[in-house]
Amino acid sequence: MSAAPFLVVRDLAKHYVSRGKRLNILEGISFEIAKGEVVGLVGESGSGKTTIGRSVLRLVEPSSGSVTFDGTELTTLSAAQMRRTRPRMQYIFQDPFASLSPRMTIGEILTEGLNIQGIGTRKDRLDRARTALEQVDLPAEAVNRYAHEFSGGQRQRIGIARALTLAPEFIVADEPVSALDVSIQAQVINLLRDLQQRLGLTMLFISHDLAVVEYICDRVIVLYLGRIMEIAPSADLYARPQHPYTRALLSAIPSPDPDAQRNRQILKGDIPSPANPPSGCVFRTRCPVALEACAHTVPELREIAPGRFKACIRDDLN
Amino acid sequence: MDKRLEPILDIHGLRTIFRTRGGEITAVNGLDLAVAAGETVALVGESGSGKSVTSLSVMRLLTRNVGSIAAGSIRFKSKDGAVRDLVTLDEEQMRRIRGNEIGMVFQEPMSSLNPVFTVGDQIAEPIRIHRGADRKSAMDVAVALLDQVGIPDARRRAGQYPHELSGGMRQRATIAMALACDPTLLIADEPTTALDVTIQAQILDLLLKLQRERGMGMLFVTHNLGVVAEIAHRVAVMYAGRIVEEGPVAEVFRNPRHPYTLGLLASMPRLGDATRMKQAGEQLAAIPGVVPSLADMPDGCAFSPRCLYAIDACRQAVPPLLAVNAMHRSRCIRWQEVSR
Repeated sequence: MSAAPFLVVRDLAKHYVSRGKRLNILEGISFEIAKGEVVGLVGESGSGKTTIGRSVLRLVEPSSGSVTFDGTELTTLSAAQMRRTRPRMQYIFQDPFASLSPRMTIGEILTEGLNIQGIGTRKDRLDRARTALEQVDLPAEAVNRYAHEFSGGQRQRIGIARALTLAPEFIVADEPVSALDVSIQAQVINLLRDLQQRLGLTMLFISHDLAVVEYICDRVIVLYLGRIMEIAPSADLYARPQHPYTRALLSAIPSPDPDAQRNRQILKGDIPSPANPPSGCVFRTRCPVALEACAHTVPELREIAPGRFKACIRDDLN
Repeated sequence: MDKRLEPILDIHGLRTIFRTRGGEITAVNGLDLAVAAGETVALVGESGSGKSVTSLSVMRLLTRNVGSIAAGSIRFKSKDGAVRDLVTLDEEQMRRIRGNEIGMVFQEPMSSLNPVFTVGDQIAEPIRIHRGADRKSAMDVAVALLDQVGIPDARRRAGQYPHELSGGMRQRATIAMALACDPTLLIADEPTTALDVTIQAQILDLLLKLQRERGMGMLFVTHNLGVVAEIAHRVAVMYAGRIVEEGPVAEVFRNPRHPYTLGLLASMPRLGDATRMKQAGEQLAAIPGVVPSLADMPDGCAFSPRCLYAIDACRQAVPPLLAVNAMHRSRCIRWQEVSR
């Protein structure tokens, strides 16, 4: 990791009010991403991973906290200033069926961002769309066709191509392979990793699939109910998870290997509601090693080894 | 599978077709599959492979005038020992089997629960219909079932509506509903797909336990190979409407003999191994191409256009399921050369 981080998120919080109740969707989220680094955001439903991804690009407005991109504070930018920054930051969506307009040709979809930004002539823009299609291994002639003519995997490639036409430096990929069949998933994962390396992209990769995250990410942030539980380089996280939640999450993933050791640790109970989060550590109600003290204070995210952070007061486990 | 056990479900030559605007398509094409008492058989495949259509065919829940069983038999052994072909039964007779002899659990618990009735009422309903129990004793059974499926404070929960329960709780409730009349066969169609991974682990654990305790047969439909390894004794891998490989789970996953199974297993990143692959610069072994459209199937083996082992003979005729050994079969003429 280089010295100056490319993206810095500090104390990000997002609250909603629903029927008079305050929902703390995100609380105290701080992390950094270096240039060229791929950081994974993992967690279950309601962990806040998508809200973080959207807040970083200001597709939702954070309630408080700061997001600095290449030295510029984004949260205070005007709409016009933000629009000028957006070409450098792009988003890949989960659902390739919902994220492409059925009434626009692929060419129109791919050049829309360039039009808005006023980049190039009409011919330049179409050329860039064709190049982007080739980058994702689709034929350049696809510019004249419509989204419904493509399979799920091909549509997701189009979604990736759309993010690439503006030549971004930073991409938020939100569950980009979750809607795809296994055999197609691998094609798209390989493509994303290849593009990331070839173009030197910096990426925030959101997924609930820890195996995919391990394969594609340099570092991983583990979320639970809107808070960070653990941050670690991916190799370390999988070999030596430190937070009890990370351990449980890893052990819950079913393995197709018939010779795998099955020492499954099954967490009891449900993920609590953000309208009524537990006091102290939000994970304590399901934590197999929770103590009395866990109910009293919110554990801070501490650096326990260089580059490794965890939010848990139990240092006596191993 | 213990060969002495007579199957409680025996599907033979099942062909299920759908009428679409573009003409008739065959979603399941000549499927043979048996499930014994106490045995869990997983039907695994990707979108459009025909795995869910197979389970809907067994339950005779295909949308009328759209999908229908064109050929084959589905022999089911009732609790009274009588063996009947479900394909020939009328709707009235099927209704006596569904929810009574065959329990069903689907992917989305919210769509199998009625939002305007309490959870307890919905579990008690089949007990009243099939067993003729009165309201009070049916509700007592419902509460006991909720307790059995691990819902704490079952009496209070029985009085709640589905929206008051979490996703995991709702799926537990639909399992309780499926078990209400002590079925001998449980059909579970992607029952953990909509759930988070820690909740999925809970539900798989519950299904394993219930299946063992009750000695039910279970037909488990899923796209997740990891889930198959956790829950099933035998697996049938489907591709484009046909079983392409079947056998005991450990045997098939350790020693896959069909290029599609091999490809599926290789295309999944494995926890713990992904770091090594990344460092070695290895790519995931993706299967090239896309699943063929059922309306436009290739000649011969449906997998041949994507198969690295394909030769001319593969494009000539659909290969039969060939015996790898007594328990293990592969629909590949080159199965002897296919290995990890």
